[in-house]
Amino acid sequence: MSDVADRVKKIVVEHLGVEEDKVTENASFIDDLGADSLDTVELVMAFEEEFGIEIPDDAAENIQTFGDAVKFIKEAS
Amino acid sequence: MFDLTGKNALVTGASGGIGAEIARSLHARGATVGLSGTRTEPLEALAAELGERAYVLPCNLSDMEAVEALPKQAAEAMGSVDILVNNAGITRDNLFMRMSDDEWNSVINVNLTATFKLCKGVMRGMMKARWGRIVNISSVVGATGNPGQANYAASKAGMIGMSKSLAYEVASRGITVNAVAPGFITTAMTDKLTADQKAGIMGQIPAGRMGDPAEIAAAVVYLASTEAGYVTGTTLHVNGGMAML
Repeated sequence: MSDVADRVKKIVVEHLGVEEDKVTENASFIDDLGADSLDTVELVMAFEEEFGIEIPDDAAENIQTFGDAVKFIKEAS
Repeated sequence: MFDLTGKNALVTGASGGIGAEIARSLHARGATVGLSGTRTEPLEALAAELGERAYVLPCNLSDMEAVEALPKQAAEAMGSVDILVNNAGITRDNLFMRMSDDEWNSVINVNLTATFKLCKGVMRGMMKARWGRIVNISSVVGATGNPGQANYAASKAGMIGMSKSLAYEVASRGITVNAVAPGFITTAMTDKLTADQKAGIMGQIPAGRMGDPAEIAAAVVYLASTEAGYVTGTTLHVNGGMAML
């Protein structure tokens, strides 16, 4: 697993308090990992800080799963 | 009770009568204050009066770029913004049938849109800190309406609806959002009223007097305190009983 994916997974695990093995490629933050809509905003904020990037609101809306997040961050950084 | 030591508060409209008193009261409880307003001179004078823990942050709230920059400037000056008091407001009164788009838009922009942007600008820091206090200074006319003030009353009612909606969204993060709705308060603005006008106003106020800016500031200090952590989405009416809501 790439470094980006590891760092994203660490943030998700810490923020949502879920088991690491639940955070799979297609795991939806809201449907599978128990996030509420504000959690997803906070996750995006945490990704921005961890990777020093800016995630515009319209892009943030499309980040629904762990895989989406990793893909976006890899392309942006 | 109501100790604000270590908290950083941004107050808009701090050059005005009520805003200056809010800043003084927060400061007296130990908070560091960021004094924002359009006119620099009265802000400098207030900062000099307060001494330490006071920063001057001039901002014209009708300039939306300046509004967006303000939370960042405040956080840089003070280290964070833990308490935001949206106190600045303008009036451009006219009869509804004569009210121009410009009179409508300018009041909505400064009173409501700038409040929205400032709340948004401080929210990230408050969410990370899991603590925050927003106090929006509305007005009794936001609840009752007032002839000649359709724009102002709409903006002040809008602040209340916005505060409640935001309060819902961020309550689980330790952030409270409340409004204070002053009635008639003794300020430079009300000093200009004639004796007849004042007598007319007094007739509507069960307390039989105008309010003092310190009485608004006390309500703000309460809502900004840790002790008020379970109070959110409310509007505290401070009006001598002129509208019991």
